[in-house]
This record gives sequence, structure tokens and C-alpha cells, in this order.
Amino acid sequence: MEFIIASAIGVLTAGGTYLILRLRTFPVILGLALLSYAVNVFLFASGRLAIDMAPILSKYGDPSYTDPLPQALVLTAIVISFGMTAVLVLIGLGAFLEAESDRIDMDRGESDSDQNKDAAQ
Amino acid sequence: MTEGHQVLFFIALLPFIGALLPGLMIRAGRTACASFTAVPTALALVMLLTLAPAVLRGEVVQAEVEWLPQLGLSLSFFVDGLGLLFACMILGVGLLITLYARFYLSSADPMGQFYTYLLLFQGAMLGIVISDNILLMLIFWELTSLASFLLIGYWKHLPEGRQGARMALAVTGGGGLALIGGMLILGDIAGSYSLTEILQQGEAIRASDWYLPALILILLGAFTKSAQFPFHFWLPHAMAAPTPVSAYLHSATMVKAGVFLMARLWPVLAGTDAWFYIVATTGLVTMVLGALIALFKDDLKALLAFSTVSHLGLLTMLLGFGTQAAAVAAVFHIINHLTFKAALFMTAGIIDHETHTRDIKRLGGLRHLMPVTFAIGTVAALSMAGIPFFNGFLSKEMMLEEASHTGWAGSAYAVPVLATLGALLSVAYSLRFIGHVFLGPVRDDYPHKPHDPPFGMWAAPALLAVLVVLIGVMPFLAEGIVTAAASAVTGTDLQPYLKIWHGFTPALWMSIIAVIGGAVLLLLHRPLDRIWISAPRPEAKPIFDGIVTGAAALSRRVAEGTHNGAISRYLAIFVTASVALGAVAFSGSGLSEPTRQLLPVPAVVAVGWLMLIVATVAVVTMHHQRFRALVLVGIIGLSISAGFVYLSAPDLALTQISVETVTIMLLLLALHYLPKTTPKESPLGMKIRDGLIALAAGGGVGALAYAFLFRDIDTISDYHLANAYEGGGGTNVVNVILVDFRGYDTYGEIIVLGIAGLVIYALMHALLDGPAARRLKNSDYTHNRSRDRHPMMMVVATRVLLPIAAVVGIYIFLRGHNQPGGGFVAGLVVAIAILMQYMASGFAWTEARQRIEYHTMIGVGIVVAGLTGAGSWLAGRPFLTSAYTYINLPPIEEFELATAMIFDLGVFLTVLGAVMLMLYSLSRIARHSGETVNTEPMDYDPAERSTQSGAES
Repeated sequence: MEFIIASAIGVLTAGGTYLILRLRTFPVILGLALLSYAVNVFLFASGRLAIDMAPILSKYGDPSYTDPLPQALVLTAIVISFGMTAVLVLIGLGAFLEAESDRIDMDRGESDSDQNKDAAQ
Repeated sequence: MTEGHQVLFFIALLPFIGALLPGLMIRAGRTACASFTAVPTALALVMLLTLAPAVLRGEVVQAEVEWLPQLGLSLSFFVDGLGLLFACMILGVGLLITLYARFYLSSADPMGQFYTYLLLFQGAMLGIVISDNILLMLIFWELTSLASFLLIGYWKHLPEGRQGARMALAVTGGGGLALIGGMLILGDIAGSYSLTEILQQGEAIRASDWYLPALILILLGAFTKSAQFPFHFWLPHAMAAPTPVSAYLHSATMVKAGVFLMARLWPVLAGTDAWFYIVATTGLVTMVLGALIALFKDDLKALLAFSTVSHLGLLTMLLGFGTQAAAVAAVFHIINHLTFKAALFMTAGIIDHETHTRDIKRLGGLRHLMPVTFAIGTVAALSMAGIPFFNGFLSKEMMLEEASHTGWAGSAYAVPVLATLGALLSVAYSLRFIGHVFLGPVRDDYPHKPHDPPFGMWAAPALLAVLVVLIGVMPFLAEGIVTAAASAVTGTDLQPYLKIWHGFTPALWMSIIAVIGGAVLLLLHRPLDRIWISAPRPEAKPIFDGIVTGAAALSRRVAEGTHNGAISRYLAIFVTASVALGAVAFSGSGLSEPTRQLLPVPAVVAVGWLMLIVATVAVVTMHHQRFRALVLVGIIGLSISAGFVYLSAPDLALTQISVETVTIMLLLLALHYLPKTTPKESPLGMKIRDGLIALAAGGGVGALAYAFLFRDIDTISDYHLANAYEGGGGTNVVNVILVDFRGYDTYGEIIVLGIAGLVIYALMHALLDGPAARRLKNSDYTHNRSRDRHPMMMVVATRVLLPIAAVVGIYIFLRGHNQPGGGFVAGLVVAIAILMQYMASGFAWTEARQRIEYHTMIGVGIVVAGLTGAGSWLAGRPFLTSAYTYINLPPIEEFELATAMIFDLGVFLTVLGAVMLMLYSLSRIARHSGETVNTEPMDYDPAERSTQSGAES
């Protein structure tokens, strides 16, 4: 089980990392989504793995529970990463609609002339 | 010591509060604006004067409020003799300048701005001289640099103003940085940042190994501020400021801040060889050099600027001597210099104002045309020259007296000779100010026909000139304040006697030499001036500009070399560096023995894992087909939700699955307007490079996870498990942590989420106002679309589902405290239910039925959560302490009511509002791109067919 989780984290990280190194906005957003999964699972796993030990206090049965703290942290992290994805998607979309290009890298020639203009002032 | 004079806080705050007034009062006219600037200054001055009797008796007035005690920073002020002297100077001259500036500024200048800057500066400067905490003093110190920047650059249209302001800020700001270092060392040696305590520890500080570094750093701060050689060059360039600023900042107050600092720390730092050789030598060199340059400046203000440099050098030298008599002379000269120099600057301003030139070579003969100005200017200039019966003479005599018996590196003559030379040059340029401006024949080629200004303009310098004469004739008038200030500087009770006649002392002979020599020098001015102009000499401005240009070029090279605008490159570097750091940390420490047993892997789990791995690999390989990749990401998300269920995290599973749904919807909406495929453009080498980086990162993170999964840790969660029910009143520990134990975190997180929603809304708003909107309007929206935009089946199904989904949401919300669920999940579930209406029935139809704005929902949610948290203050408990009780209503089973649930309601509303606002914002694009607005829920558009078939045929 531990190997399954660790390898899933590893594969998700590798996939996410590869995608965020692409040159267009959409793959980068997908890559960040994969990385968020990896990070969330990683944080969750830091509470160690447990089966059938949900942190719901019970009057009956075996009183052993998994670590609730990482779960609470990851829960908000999931929601926040949605907010982050949404902002990024919108920035990417806005950039595409404004510039008609969804490349993430700046155009070198243009930026240089801009900077020189700034310096001249 | 007198404790707790709260009036000190008012004195310190008044200028800052007053700074708000001029900007408002300018609407009521220029005189009203000036009057309202004078009020806070005058009020502060009156308050200060009520403290004066006690201070003059030798008491120290203090007031303190703790600010950041952990850092040793407290809001503490004190006024002793030295502080009183400077504070009176700052406020008194401030009043005069306010009056003068009212007449000096032309109607085209924004006067409200000027007075606001002036009061800001006044507050900062006042703060320096009455701070009892050196950290506080540093804050005010930096504020003076900033305020002076604003004032020097007040005439924004003048390039000299902008450049002068920048240079002053660079030099004094740089010195300020050094000063921060020096002061922190000083505080560290003394073990306290309180000035009163530091002043007690002179012995220990001088004996410390860190004395010299601290001394040098502090002196760097003082020398740059007080324009000491070789940092003197900024002051003349700061003369681009309006003359009231020059008179106030660059003669009377700000440039004296360095002198003040040396005087303030005199008991602690003075008395060592290092102090004497650094401070006295710098002062001596600055005095002679400044006076020499002043003699050959043709610009009136430049002449006065270099003369100020020279006099600041004189003060520095006196403090550098380290004797008590020299300290008395320094304090006395501070007063005298203030009176005559501020008067001279204002005179120069009047001349500039009336004749429209400051060039001495174009002036002369003004005594007939401007008799009042002539009288004021002459009195002040004679005092600057050090002629008897004017106050400048008295302190100059004391300076020469001190210089006459100061040896320098074994030479008994170096200091007296150079000091006499400085005095001689000072006489020469002072007399030149009178002779070349006022005396001589009346000319007929002034740029503007001069005459005396209105009373309001010459009143301030006239008052100062009266002071010059009064102190000059009756020096005992100043004895009280000089005694108090000098005692404060030296830390001992002094009884100086200020008198005109000391007998035939060496100082008198030096003075006589200086006056005669100075007069002779002025007679020789014309040939000397020719030699001076032809002689090569280093100019500070090109050197300074060269350094600045070089530094800017260097930083541009570094910035452009590393930041070339390619985000993928930054990310590659960032990931590689993180992996490398992780590898170093990983290899450095040995791993402990594994302590945990492996859990078994059932077949279902293995299948899920396989799905996840295959989907991830497929996303990476097929990401060029964007829709396909999106579907695959959905699979990954669902597998992870299933994993959470299996691994005892029901709350996470619920959240993940609902977030997954809205994320996919969001991406689908976005993808509608983005290209549907990603072009294959990365070269093979780049793919291999990225692949290697990705494998290293994935391998590293995976190995790390694998390593820690085998080992136990100490966790703080036992506390949460034990107290969730008793303390928080809930059995779902995760939810109790969210709304109770870590409620503050959650509160911050919902605020972030709300902000994200508003950011998206605002971005979209800006986007739809720009060129993107036109582009959208022209986009071919009708292409390739279903005519049955809102199919009946879906409309009916979602309409039926809405109440059910809402009930599920409420259920999940209510059970959240005890069973998996809670505000986050409930918010997402309800959001999905509403989203379904948007999808099925169309935006317009749904929106027409929407009663509450999503912004409102976010706001209400955050306010509810915040008020719930604040409610615990009423019970005298910390923010967000939860209270709960059990209620028994007969038909229903006993249930629990906790304040945490109200907090959770806030979470619910914020999440719902934010998610809906995000998706709604995206949907606005559709409307802009020409989607027709439906009025009926079920919307069939037969016209679509004809347009489409028409296009095809």
C-alpha cells in the first residue's frame, strides 16, 4: 500500500512537472492541477496511512483513529487550489483573448525594446 | 525624571495629523491653506514651550507606550535640553517658513501638496530629535529622507529638481542604511534600544570590540545627512528645491540631523582617538573646502549651500574635538547658524523672486532698489562672516579658541591654521554676498525690475535678523537654552558664560587675521575667479552619475541575463534547484530504521492505482489533444477521491470529488475559447531535458514519501482527538479542527477564496472592456453548435434535482460537525446544483431568477465567520473560541448547537459565492461572444439550421 501511494505521488509529480515546463498555458494549467494532486496526497500521507480508522469519534468499537490534522490541512488546500486554478485559467484565457497567443514565454525582442524605453526615461 | 508626559505624544503626532489639512484646505484658498498649516505647528510649539521650564531646570520629560516589545521597539519620546533646542528650532522655523512660502509660491504651484510634504517632513524631523528609542529614531530618520525627496522634487517639471531629489535620496538613504547597521550594533552592545539607557553605558560601549564598526557606520549616516566631505555634493544639487525648502531643510533642520546625532551620542562615542581623528578631521576638511568652493559660486543659492556645508563642517569639527567647551561652542553655533542662514536663504529667495535671477554676476546695486532686503541680508551676512555684535561672531570666536589649542597628530599648528583659513574664506564669501549683490552701481539689465517684496515675505527673515542682532549684543539671552542643551550633550552640568569680550586671546588675533584676509581676498576676487574657472577640478555630479549608470547597467545585465521572460526556463531552474537541495538534504542524514508495517494491497486498490498511473502517463503523452487530456485529468481526480475514501479520509473524498466537478466545468468553459489543440513545437532536446527534470522531481518526491511512510512520527493530533468532543463539541475531528482548533487558518482561507473570486470577476470586467471584447464579438460563435441548446430532458432533470441537491447540501452542512461533511463540501454541492441550472436552462434564464448577488454572498460569509469569531470576545475568550450546547425539542432527537456551526455557515456562504462568481464570470464571455439570450428555459433555435445550411451551400 505504501508503495502504491508513494509511486502515485511520484508519477503525479513527474507528470505535473513535465507539463508545467510546456510552452502553452493549457498544459501548464493541467500540470499545476496534477502537481496539486501530488502535493495534497503527499501532505495527506504525512499523517501515515490507515484503513477503516476515519477520524470520526465513536462511542463503540476500537478507539483508534488516523491522524486528522493533515486531513484538515489538505481539505482547505483542495479548495484553495481550485481558487488558484480558476484565477490561472482566467489569466490564461484573458491573455489569449488579448494577445491571440497562448504562449507563456515573453517575446524577447519586444520586451527588450520596452525596457530600453524605460531606461531612456 | 518626570514620567508620563502624554503631551509628548501629541507633539509628535500633530504634524502628521496636520499633514492631512493643507490638501483639504487649499480649496478654501491659499491663505487658508497656509493658516491651517501653521495651526498644528503652532500648537505643537506651544505644547513644547509648556515643557520648557522643566527642561531648562535640567529635568528630562518622558512618555512611553509599548509598540513591539518583542523587538525592543517602543513608542517612547523624551525631551531634554538638546531635544528642546532642536524641537524649538524645527517648529519655530517651520512657522516662519510656512509664512514665507505663502508668498513665495506662485499661484501655479500646488500649494496644498507643498504644505503636506512640509508637515510630513516636520513630523519626521521632530520625531528624530525627541525619540527615546533608537529604532523609532531610525524610522523617523528614513522618513526625513523620503519627505526631503518629495520636497526637493516638488517642481516635478524641472529635471534638476528630479535629479537633485534622486541624488539626495540615494546619498542620505545609503547613509541611513549604514546608520541602521550602526545603531543595531550599538543597541546590541548596550543591551537596550532605549537612548536613555544607551547614554548611561559610554564606558562599556567605548571598550567594546564592536565600537569601531558601530562608530564608522553611525558616522556614515551622520556625515551623509549633514553633507560632510566626501558626501557633501548632494546638498548643492538639492538647491533645485523651492527656496523655502532650502531654508528649512537644507540650512536649518535636516542637514543638522547628522550633527544632532553626533551631539546626541557624544557622551557614548566621543573621547576616543578614533572619534577625534575621523570626526574632527572630516569636519575641518569640509569646513575649509566648503568655504573655498562657496567663494567661487555665482549662484546665490549655491554659494549659501556650500557655506552651509562649510558651517556643518565647523559643527562636526567642534563635536569631534571631544571637549566640553567645544560642545558648548557647537550648540551655540547651531542656534546662530540657524538664525543667519535661514534669513540668508530667504533673502536669496526674495532676490530670485524679485529679479528673476540668482546669478551674482547679473546682480549688484540692489541696496537702492530693495532697502529692506538689503538690511536683512547684510545683518545676516555679517553674522555669517563673524563680525562683532552679530551672533555669528560669538560662536566663531569660541570655535577659534578651541581650535587654537587643539593639536593634530603631533602638530600644534595644523588645526588653528586651517580653522583660521576657513574663517577667512567665510568672511570673503559673506562679504561677497553683500558687496556683489547689494553694493555697487544700480544696473539697468536686471531680468526683472526689482523692488521690496510684501511685508509677509520679508517678515520671517526680518525676525531672524532681529534675533541675530539681539543674541549678538546680548548673548546672555541664549545662555539658558545653550546651558540646557550643552549639559544634555555632554551629560554633565555645565555653566557656560557667553560674552562678547574675552580679552586679547589667540582667537581674537585669528579673527582679526580672518576678517582682514577675507576682505583682501574679496578685492582679488576677479583674477582669482579666472584662475578658479580655468583650473581643472573634479565635479561630483558626473562621478555620481557615472556610478549610478554603472550600477544600473550592471543590474540590468544581471536581471536580463537571468530573467529573459521565459517562464518555462524559470520553472526548470526552480524545479532543478529544489530537487538538488532536496537531494543534498536527503543524502546528508542517515535514515532511521523503518518502524511501520506495510499495509496489504487489495486487488481493487491495485486496479485504481493502475488507472491513475495510466491516466497520468496518458495526459502527459496526449496533452496536445486538450479535451482528451481534460477527461483524463478527471479520471485522476476521481481515483484520488476513491483513494481518500479507502484511506480513512471521508471528508477529503467528499471535498475532492465536488472540487473535481467544478474544476472540470471551469476548464471546459475556458477551453471553449482556447485553441483545442496544443501545437507540437518543443524540440526533442527540450523534451528530453524536461523529461529528465520531471523524472528527477517525481523520483525525489516519491522516494521521500516512501521513506516517511515507513516511519512513525510524533504528532500533535492526539490532543485534537482527545479534545474534539469535550472542547469543540463535535465528533468529526477534521471538521472540529477546521472550525475550532484551527479556525483562524480557515478564516484566512475563506478570505483568500473570496478574494480569488473577486479577482476573477474584476479581471473579466477589465477584459470585457478591452480589445478582447471586440475580438469575441467577431468570433464565429455559431459555428458547429447544437440547435437544441437547452434540451428538455436536461432542463427537467436538473429542475427536479435542484431541491434534492439543496437538501443534500443542507444535510451535509448540518451533519458536518459530527459526521463527514461541513461548510466547504456543502458549499460546493450547492454550487454544483446551481451550476446545473446554468448549464441546462441557460445563463439568462437562471440569472433572472437569482435573488442574491454572489459578491454579497462572499461578503456576508466572511462577515458572519468574522463576527462569530469576534463573538467569543464578548465572553472574554480568544478569537474563535467555540461554545456549544445540546437542545432537546420534543419531536426531533436531541441535537447539538455550536457557535462553530455559525462559523461554518460563513464558510459555506463564502465557498458558494466564490465558486459561483468564478464560473459566472467565465460565462459572461459567452454572452459577449454573441450567444443569444434565451427567455425560455427550453430553447430550440430553428434559425440556426438555416444560417448553417446557408453557410454550407
